[in-house]
Amino acid sequence: MNDFIFFINKVLVVGTVQGSIYALGAVGVTLIFGILRFAHFAHGDMMTMGAFIAYALATIAAALGIQTFWPTGFIVLPLAIPITFAAALVIDRAFYRPLRERGAKPVTLLIASIGVTLMLQGLIRLFGGVQPLSFFENETKELFRVTLPLEGANRPITFSEPQLLLIAATVISVVALHLFLTRSRLGKGMRAMADNPDLARVSGINTDQVIRATWIIAGSLACIAGTMLALDVSLKADLAFNILLAIFAAAIVGGLGHAYGAIAGGFLVGFSETLAVFNWAILLRPFKDAIPWEVPADLSIVPTEYKLTVAFVILVLVLLFRPTGIFRGAST
Amino acid sequence: MMGAREWLMLAGLAVLIVLVGMWFKVPTTIQILITALAYALIALGLNVQWGYGGLFNFGVMGFVMLGGYATVLVGYDVNPDFWGSEGPVMLARALLAAAIGAALILATMQVHRIGIKGRLRTFLLIVAWAIAYFGYRSQVDPAAVYIEREAGFVGGLGLPVLIGWVVGGVLAGAVGFLIGKICLGLRTDYLAIATIGISEIVRALMKNMDWLTRGTLTVSPIPWPVPQQQDVVAMGVTNDTLALSVSRSMYLVVTLVVIAVLYVLLQRAYYGPWGRMMRAIRDNHVAAASMGKNVKRRQLEIFVIGSVLMGIGGAILTGYVQLYDPSSFQPINYTFIVWVMVIVGGAGNNLGALFGGVLIILIWNISDPLSQLLFLELNDGLAAAGLPTIDNVEVRALQMRVFVLGLVIVLALRYAPKGLIPERIRSREEPEQSTRA
Repeated sequence: MNDFIFFINKVLVVGTVQGSIYALGAVGVTLIFGILRFAHFAHGDMMTMGAFIAYALATIAAALGIQTFWPTGFIVLPLAIPITFAAALVIDRAFYRPLRERGAKPVTLLIASIGVTLMLQGLIRLFGGVQPLSFFENETKELFRVTLPLEGANRPITFSEPQLLLIAATVISVVALHLFLTRSRLGKGMRAMADNPDLARVSGINTDQVIRATWIIAGSLACIAGTMLALDVSLKADLAFNILLAIFAAAIVGGLGHAYGAIAGGFLVGFSETLAVFNWAILLRPFKDAIPWEVPADLSIVPTEYKLTVAFVILVLVLLFRPTGIFRGAST
Repeated sequence: MMGAREWLMLAGLAVLIVLVGMWFKVPTTIQILITALAYALIALGLNVQWGYGGLFNFGVMGFVMLGGYATVLVGYDVNPDFWGSEGPVMLARALLAAAIGAALILATMQVHRIGIKGRLRTFLLIVAWAIAYFGYRSQVDPAAVYIEREAGFVGGLGLPVLIGWVVGGVLAGAVGFLIGKICLGLRTDYLAIATIGISEIVRALMKNMDWLTRGTLTVSPIPWPVPQQQDVVAMGVTNDTLALSVSRSMYLVVTLVVIAVLYVLLQRAYYGPWGRMMRAIRDNHVAAASMGKNVKRRQLEIFVIGSVLMGIGGAILTGYVQLYDPSSFQPINYTFIVWVMVIVGGAGNNLGALFGGVLIILIWNISDPLSQLLFLELNDGLAAAGLPTIDNVEVRALQMRVFVLGLVIVLALRYAPKGLIPERIRSREEPEQSTRA
């Protein structure tokens, strides 16, 4: 039974956490693609930037002696989110809008987003340094242990407070996004513009406003995802660049431009990764006597070092066989 | 071929090089120039892919790493522990397993000929891939463990390192061919994401295949194709700095010769019918296809040629520092910087790519000491005003390079979207006249 709980800890918990982060990032990428028609490569660094803003605010809060039941990094989010999306709006205004107005091709904007990536990386390293930082220097990271009332299960299911908060934050964000996209005028305008920009414009939708809303949503989600990721592991300058591929894979699996698809894609990629690196020999251990041949010690599909290849393989397979994503025909 | 703008830009670059030479010491300047030329070659490769072919390759780093590894494989000393052990046999078995797997997959791909189609064929393909993958893993995993335990890593072949440069090109080209076969049908931004993934995978492999590359333990020293400082001293040059300069200059000359040859070849190809065809495909591949051009095959051709150039550039770079450290490769230093070079220099123009390569490396190298100076000045001002000063000036100044790089690319996109030396299109009737604005 303990082996099964190990499976839950390693696959279900970790997969949900990874999936949530990928989903939050992928929604931003997919919205930007839907509205502005370019792959926003700076999105990973926008997440890192959000995390660093939250870290700076948490440091200030700690210096002021503010300490609550919740992790300080989580408490400062309501302040960090507006700062992050304000930065996203400034970036758009300074670097993307001039190109858009010139009528530049989407590829040019993509290259510009590489420039933005480099500038953000430079600034983050300039101010934050390259060494890993922890949100939990002055507080303890709470761990929850749930013991299942099952026979033979004496190991608990373990997850940490940031992980729980992350999942809660993801659920709230997704519900809020859904309500925004389906109920509000601006959200409907966004979907219209994603479907057909010219038609949206002649129908009197304020495209500038829609673009601003896109950056606000994408920036907010990036800030949440980055901060929660940094709370879960640690804060580094290349925190989110390393998961950029997984985020893009998630967005493409769901179909670029489709917000709900991106959420599903995020969890799909997250679970695929954890399932692929999970050592299946552990689940076979209880049946050791029943299996006639010897079970090898390591039965993972992909060694942990090559976890990245999972996202890549999913990406290439989807692009080759279902380039519009796995939910072909879905709108939004 | 060379207009006023080109001469002006090149003259500016020459002045910049002289200034840098006056600021840094001579050996350092030569070192910067070697790096600059190696990068210029990599930029030339990207220019072929992006400028000629419109192919979005964000995996430059992967090809550079492959080229660098080739110098290790060819140039590094033979490891007798490996050759004396069971290692080669085990590796041969792994190779055989890989070959059988590949044959199985290729055979399964042909089952539609005997009437198996649709889902059944897909299912069989998946099974074939799984058998091939696990068959290979079952052979290579024990081999890896065994080699790491008995011999450390496979070592090199002990051949002249110049052969390694060639092998670097061939290796990168071969991988480019495989990638191109799979990914070239993808749309621009999808290709970008796919190639970024491939370069990350190459990095993960190089870092973790300790039996092949020694991973984080790094391999050094990789021999030089020319005499090194101590050899020059042994020849009777007593001045150490002079010896260093002489030795580095020789490396520079070899690099220059390689670049000059490749540049001339590319220029000839570019102004020949082949180059015209490539530009036609880039600008309108539907029209080109309707004129009977095999678009996919041409794009594959161009992807491979670009990859070969990147591989050679990577071999020159790694060969120069004599150290192969897979964890030192970062996308910023090997992919994005090359993109900045091509965009700033002028996509579609070989001279522009060379120019951009040298210019960006100069900027990259001077922005570190310049920002240090700036920070120290700032600190003086802050201290005078009684404010807290900036700490860790050296570490922080180093990061300014990345910021400057980003700034350069967004400024270039905004104010010189065709690059500093834009692509020139000559028409047959009026050479030198018509330029595409």
